Amino acid sequence: MDIKKIIEEKGKKPENAIQILKEVQKINNYKYLSSPQIKIIADELGLSESKIVSLLSFYTLITEKYRGKYVIQICTNVSCYVNGSNNIVKEFEKELGIKMGETTSDGLFTLEYTSCIGCCNIAPAIRIGNKKFGELTPQKIQAIISKCRENL
Amino acid sequence: MEENIILTKHINKINPMAIDDYIKVNGYEALKKVLKDDPLNIIKEIKESALRGRGGAAFNTGIKMESVYNEKETDKYVICNADEGEPGNFKDRYLMENNPHQLIEGIIIAGYAVGSTKAHIYIRGEYDKSKNILMHALKEAKERGFLGSNIIGSNFNYEIEIFSGMGSYVCGEETALIESIEGKVGRPRIKPPFPTVKGLFDKPTLLNNVETLSNIPYIVLNGGSKYASIGTESSKGTMLISLSGNVKRSGVFEVPFGTSIKYIIGVLGETTFEKIKMIQLGGPSGPIIPLEMVDLKIDIDAMRKSNLSIGSGAIIVIDNHFNMFEILRKNIRFFEHESCGKCTPCREGIRQIRYILSLFVNNLANQSDLAMLEELTHYISETSFCGLGQAATNSVASTLKYFRSEYEMRIKK
Ligand SMILES: Cc1cc2nc3c(=O)[nH]c(=O)nc-3n(C[C@H](O)[C@H](O)[C@H](O)COP(=O)(O)O)c2cc1C
Ligand code: SF4
Repeated sequence: MDIKKIIEEKGKKPENAIQILKEVQKINNYKYLSSPQIKIIADELGLSESKIVSLLSFYTLITEKYRGKYVIQICTNVSCYVNGSNNIVKEFEKELGIKMGETTSDGLFTLEYTSCIGCCNIAPAIRIGNKKFGELTPQKIQAIISKCRENL
Repeated sequence: MEENIILTKHINKINPMAIDDYIKVNGYEALKKVLKDDPLNIIKEIKESALRGRGGAAFNTGIKMESVYNEKETDKYVICNADEGEPGNFKDRYLMENNPHQLIEGIIIAGYAVGSTKAHIYIRGEYDKSKNILMHALKEAKERGFLGSNIIGSNFNYEIEIFSGMGSYVCGEETALIESIEGKVGRPRIKPPFPTVKGLFDKPTLLNNVETLSNIPYIVLNGGSKYASIGTESSKGTMLISLSGNVKRSGVFEVPFGTSIKYIIGVLGETTFEKIKMIQLGGPSGPIIPLEMVDLKIDIDAMRKSNLSIGSGAIIVIDNHFNMFEILRKNIRFFEHESCGKCTPCREGIRQIRYILSLFVNNLANQSDLAMLEELTHYISETSFCGLGQAATNSVASTLKYFRSEYEMRIKK
């Protein structure tokens, strides 16, 4: 969808900025907002670009940082940690050959930490896009990665 | 304890995507009942139930409703706080995904009682599934005439809108949440004025947690005194516990107030006690207690007297092979990351705490670091602007009290 259309739909008011940013981010497959996109939104809403960037840096689910097709978010809060989330981190890093915070060179995967995703009952848990996976063991990770690759 | 189950009674028996399932178990009967009634009678029942907020602060819900009712403005709002940002808590998600109409009915009744015509549900951005289920439920409720204009033939109109959070813990704080709905960076406002007087768009606003609002249909149908017959002197009704960590059976459990932590972990969580070292109550913002205190009962005021709290009901069990300082550092890092940066004690102090904890993790701390840690925890909780900073050091303060020897053992001689 076109950015201007999204802005029309959500209402062309500064107070709708966050919801507009979230919608526009969906154009890039939920991953990030590009600087031309930020400029258009700022101009349309009559806000400065720095105002938009301050929103992006405050709210972790909207970002201007380029991210891969699959953003793998790993929870390492206490409930996940005491159920072995460190091993999950290690396994993903090993399998993908990148460190937390990095993106694979083919642009497919990004590894990130996430705050608690409310899956403490199935710890350790991760989130990829809008899907959650729990009761993970290092063995299951290979399967998750292959599944993502197949869905290309 | 079957008769002491209120919120989870129908869960797993009804399909959350089918409004008829909810209607079959007396769903929306409470709404029908109140629409013929004076709003003041609803508030009277809620006050009689002595229901207290389940979002952490445990404020009396009836009194809050009454304050909003008493405001003279024509525009008033209800906000349902479904941000559930505190790690270890997942009971609001459980309620929304398994019985969304119970919550929706509670919101509409609250709206009618305080004289509002519009509600917002502020839901965590990470809760995609809960959001989809709620959207479906709202659509069904509208089709059946429980939402929209002239609800069930009355002259009452009501609208509920969902607002997705964007990944910020401090936005669970009521005034930051309001700022966020208004499209701003979610930094807390100064109180007073409280949201009941000047809330969303400066209008009187009733802001309650998902679990709090979900209790309302039961109270309306069964009476406040029936609700108040469950629980303890200071804490009436039931509470949802999110049990996780090193337990055999984790999950959400509904217990009447007065239930012991021992019963929750041992019987409901089917877990034996030999390996347990620490139990964290409420999440990172709550205290960590030793196994010796497992007989403690869930009771808001009794716990407060001992400087303890269970927040929104999380219990996180931690085995003895985990390093306490590693756990503390995780808690503190969470707040360091989530601090909105508005005030210095929280923004700078929490970072210092993390630094000192790292010294303990690496056995490099000395006596003066311990003294500094003690002073800082106190200072940050006393001087921070909002609840985030005020509660951020609770886990450290509680371990300084209950696990003192662990600190002393690690001090460089
Ligand atoms: C940092 C911070 C985060 C909070 N997060 C939540 C939350 O996620 N959900 C919630 O219901 N209350 C949260 N609260 C408490 C709210 O400010 C508010 O007291 C509560 O939503 C009121 O509803 P209640 O009276 O039904 O408990 C938070 C408070 C603070 C200080
Ligand atoms: S205590 Fe922390 S989160 Fe709260 S206003 Fe101060 S800096 Fe922001």
